[in-house]
Amino acid sequence: MSGPTYNFAYLDEQTKRMIRRAILKAIAVPGYQVPFASREMPMPYGWGTGGVQVTAAILGPDDVLKVIDQGSDDTTNAVSIRKFFAKTAGVRTTTCTTEATVIQTRHRIPEAPLGEGQVLVYQVPIPEPLRFLEPRETETRRMHALAEYGLIHVKLYEDIARHGHIATTYAYPVQVDGRYVMDPSPTPKFDNPKMNDCAALQLFGAGREKRIYAIPPHTTVVSLDFDDHPFERYRFDAPCALCGATDSYLDEVITDDEGGRMFACSDTDYCEKRRATNRDDAVPGNGPGAPAMDAASR
Amino acid sequence: MYVAVKGGERAIENAHRLLASARRGDTALPELSLEQISGQLTLAVDRVMTEGSLYDRELAALAIKQARGDLVEAIFLLRAFRATLPRFGMTEAIDTANMEIRRRISATFKDLPGGQVLGPTFDYTHRLLDPTLAEGEHSVEPASAAPVDGPMPRVTDLLASDDLIEQSPNADPADPVGDLTRDPLGFPADRDLRLQNLARGDEGFLLALGYSTQRGFGRTHPFAGEIRLGEVEIEIFAEEVGFAVPLGRLTVTECQMINQFKGSATEAPCFTRGYGLAFGHCERKAMAMALVDRALRARELGEEVKAPAQDEEFVLSHSDNVQATGFVEHLKLPHYVDFQSELGLVRRLRAEFQALRSGDTSLAREAAE
Amino acid sequence: MKQIAHDQPLLVAEGLSKWYGRQIGCRDVSLALYEGEVLAVAGESGSGKTTLLQLLSGQLEPTAGRVLYRMRDGVTRELAALGQAERRFLFRTDWGYVHQDPVLGLRMAVSAGANVGERLMAVGWRHYGRIRGTASSWLDRVEIDRSRIDDAPITYSGGMRQRLQIARNLITQPRLVFMDEPTGGLDVSVQARLLDLVRGLVAELGLAVIVVTHDLAVARLLSHRIMVMKGGEAIETGLTDQVLDDPHEPYTQLLVSSILPP
Repeated sequence: MSGPTYNFAYLDEQTKRMIRRAILKAIAVPGYQVPFASREMPMPYGWGTGGVQVTAAILGPDDVLKVIDQGSDDTTNAVSIRKFFAKTAGVRTTTCTTEATVIQTRHRIPEAPLGEGQVLVYQVPIPEPLRFLEPRETETRRMHALAEYGLIHVKLYEDIARHGHIATTYAYPVQVDGRYVMDPSPTPKFDNPKMNDCAALQLFGAGREKRIYAIPPHTTVVSLDFDDHPFERYRFDAPCALCGATDSYLDEVITDDEGGRMFACSDTDYCEKRRATNRDDAVPGNGPGAPAMDAASR
Repeated sequence: MYVAVKGGERAIENAHRLLASARRGDTALPELSLEQISGQLTLAVDRVMTEGSLYDRELAALAIKQARGDLVEAIFLLRAFRATLPRFGMTEAIDTANMEIRRRISATFKDLPGGQVLGPTFDYTHRLLDPTLAEGEHSVEPASAAPVDGPMPRVTDLLASDDLIEQSPNADPADPVGDLTRDPLGFPADRDLRLQNLARGDEGFLLALGYSTQRGFGRTHPFAGEIRLGEVEIEIFAEEVGFAVPLGRLTVTECQMINQFKGSATEAPCFTRGYGLAFGHCERKAMAMALVDRALRARELGEEVKAPAQDEEFVLSHSDNVQATGFVEHLKLPHYVDFQSELGLVRRLRAEFQALRSGDTSLAREAAE
Repeated sequence: MKQIAHDQPLLVAEGLSKWYGRQIGCRDVSLALYEGEVLAVAGESGSGKTTLLQLLSGQLEPTAGRVLYRMRDGVTRELAALGQAERRFLFRTDWGYVHQDPVLGLRMAVSAGANVGERLMAVGWRHYGRIRGTASSWLDRVEIDRSRIDDAPITYSGGMRQRLQIARNLITQPRLVFMDEPTGGLDVSVQARLLDLVRGLVAELGLAVIVVTHDLAVARLLSHRIMVMKGGEAIETGLTDQVLDDPHEPYTQLLVSSILPP
C-alpha cells in the first residue's frame, strides 16, 4: 500500500474549480445558498468542513492564513485547521487579523475592522435561517425563491410576546442586499453590524449541508427586527479584565467555585494587541495585572 | 489569574500520542495484523466497505485497526480517503443473476430452480456463548459438496416473467446514473440517488426505519423474495476494444423484497419491489435497505406519505452516519461565544421575571427597556 | 341580505373535471360567484365537493376546464396561468381558507397573536405594536378574550380554535374565503355560535364565500345559493331557500328530508 499524496491545499483541482464556481455564483447572488458537491474531508462534518473547503478552494501560495474559533487562535479546532493548511498548502499563517489575507472563523467576526483584499470564511453548521421554523428543505427553498419571509417575523413576534424583547442572541437572521434572508452562522448578534458594508469579502461554507453563500464587499446587511423593537447589539456591560476594552465581545471565565467570574475579550488577537499598546503607553490599571472583576457582585 | 488558553497545539499532539498508545493496548500481547482483521472480523470489514463506499478489504481492515474497532470512525476514515481518489470511469452494471452463489434463500417459494442454499449464516444457531471459542485454536472444516449446478434465476425474474411483479424500472441507458458524492443531493431525489444514499447509509438507522415499516409506520407488506450472497464480476467498457473487459470480482449481498400493491386505474394489480445491495456479507443491511427503498417509493406509487420511513427528505438527510456523527460530536467543540450570548439573555430574563414578581413594575419596565 | 356589488363575477369555473385515474373526482362543473355572495356546496362525503373546493382554490389541477378570478386590480386571470408566487400571494392576502380541522390551518405551538398576525407580517408589516393591536381587535371580533392573545391554540377549545382560524384568515380582508366543513366536529351548541359569528362577519365584510358542507342547516343559515353534488356532478343549483324548500331532484329531496346520513 503506497502512502497517498495530496494536492496543494488538499483538494484536487477539479474539486476546487467546482467550489470556486459555487463561490462565484454565491457572490453574484448575495445571501443565496448555492448547493455544492461537498466532499468528505479528513475532519468530521460539523467541525468546519465547509469553511475548510472554501478556504482550500481560494487559497494561493502567497496567502497569509489566520484561523479562529470563538475569536481565539488557540482553541483546539482552530489549531487543528491551521495546522492542516500549514501542512497541505505550506502557506504562511498568522494570528494577526490585519496581516491575514484569508481568515477562517467559527462563531466570531474579528474586532479589528476588515479591509479590502481580505476574505473572511465562516464555518456554518446550519445555513438555513428558516430551518427551525420549517424543517423541510423543499419548503424553505420555495420560501426563499418567493421571498416569503413572514414566518421569520412570527418567530421574532413570539419572542417579544413571551419575553418582552427579541430573544435571539446568536445566529441572528439578516437580510442581505434587500433580498435573501441569511443565517450569519452562530456568531453572537454583537457581530451582526460588522457584516454590513464590510470592505472584505465574506464567504460562508456549510460542508455537511452542502451550501455556500456570500456577502460581497460593501453590501447592505440588515438584522431583522420590528420598527418598535429595533435590533440591538448585546454585550456584557464591563470592560475586558485584561485589556480594558469596552467595545469588544467578552468571554465569561469562571475563576473559582464561589461565583467568582471575570470577563475578557473573546478576540485574543485584539486583546493582546491592546495590551501591548497599553504597556507601551503605560496606562495604569488596564494591564494584565488588573484585578478580575466579579460579575456576581455587579 | 486567567491566562488565555494557550498551548492547544501541544495538548492536541499529546492527546494523539495517548490515543496511539491506547490503541496498541498491552504491548505484552501480539499486535493485531490486518490479515487477522480482514480474515476473522470479516463482517466488520464488510460493513466498513459498504458504508465507507469503497471496496478494499485491506484498507477497511486498516481503518478498523486505526479506529480501535469503532466502525463508524473506520467508515469515516475510508470515506475521507475515497474522496481524494480520481475517477477513471464507471463500470457496467453488475449482473447478480449470474452471481457465483454462496448463499441464496427465498422466503416466498419452498423450492425453486437452484434450490435454497444456506451458506454461512447465523440463522438457526442458538445464541449461546461458546466457551470453546474463548479457549482459542478452533478450526472447523466445512462440509463440502459438489457446487450447485445449473442456473439459479432470481426469484423476482421468475415472477416478472408472469407479470406478477412490476418490471424492474428500466432506466434509460443514455440517462446518466446520479452520484451524490459528485453533485449535491436535491429533493425530490430519483431512485438511483436514493439507493446510493441507502447503500451508504447507517445500518442501525436503516434497520430501525425498516423495522418501523413492519410495525405499521408505512407498512409495505414485505416478503423476502430472495437474499443472495456471492461473487459477481465487474466489467468496464473499454472504448479501445469496443467491449466490456473484466476488472475483477466483488462479493455482494443482494436482497429483493416483494411487496403488495393494489394496482391503480392504469395498472393491473401486481407485486412491487424493494431493493437492497451491500458489499460483502451484510445481510441485515441489505434487508433493511430493501424495506426502506420500498417505503420511499410511496410517492412514485401514489401512496400516502405519512410515516418517517416514507419521508424521503427525512430519511435521506439523516441516513449518513459520517455526517451524523460529525454533527452530533461537534457539540464537543467550544461554544463559549454563543453560550455567552444565551447566558446574558437568561440572566436578563430572570432579572425581569424577579422584578415582575416582586411587584416592582418600575423596575420591571426598566429591566425590559 | 343579498348585496351583489359588481356585475362582473369574482370567480368563474368553466367545465371543471377532475379524474383520479379511472375514478371521477368531479365532472363538468361550472359556476360563477359574485362579490359578497355565499355559495354552499352540499352533498355526502364522496360526492366530489372537497375536490371541487380544491380545484376552485387552485390547490388541484383540473383534468379539464378552468377557473378564472378577478384580481384586486380588476383584471380577470386564469388560475392555472398564475405563477406559484402569485398564487401563494393570493392565498395570504385576497383569499382565505378555513379548514375543517383547525390544526391544519393554525400553527398550534405559536401564540394566538402571532397566528392572527402572521398574514400581516407576510405582507410586510414591521411594527410589533400595530400587528398586536390589529390582532387584538380581531380576537374581539371573533369573541376570543384578549387576555388569551399570548396563549397557543393548543390550549384552546375546538370552537375557539375554529374562531381563531377565521380571524387568522380575515385579518388581511380577503374578498373570497373557502370553507371546508367549518362546523364539522363541533358540538351542536358550539356550531350554532360559530355559524352566527360567521354569518355576521360575512355580511359585515361583504365576503364572497364558498362553503362546503354536508349539513343543510349550515347551507340554509349561511348561503345565498346552493349547489347540490352527487357522484362528482352538480345535480341541482339555485337560491338556497328555493332549493331547500322545493327541491326538484329526487336526491336533493332525500337530502332535505334528512334520510341520508351525513
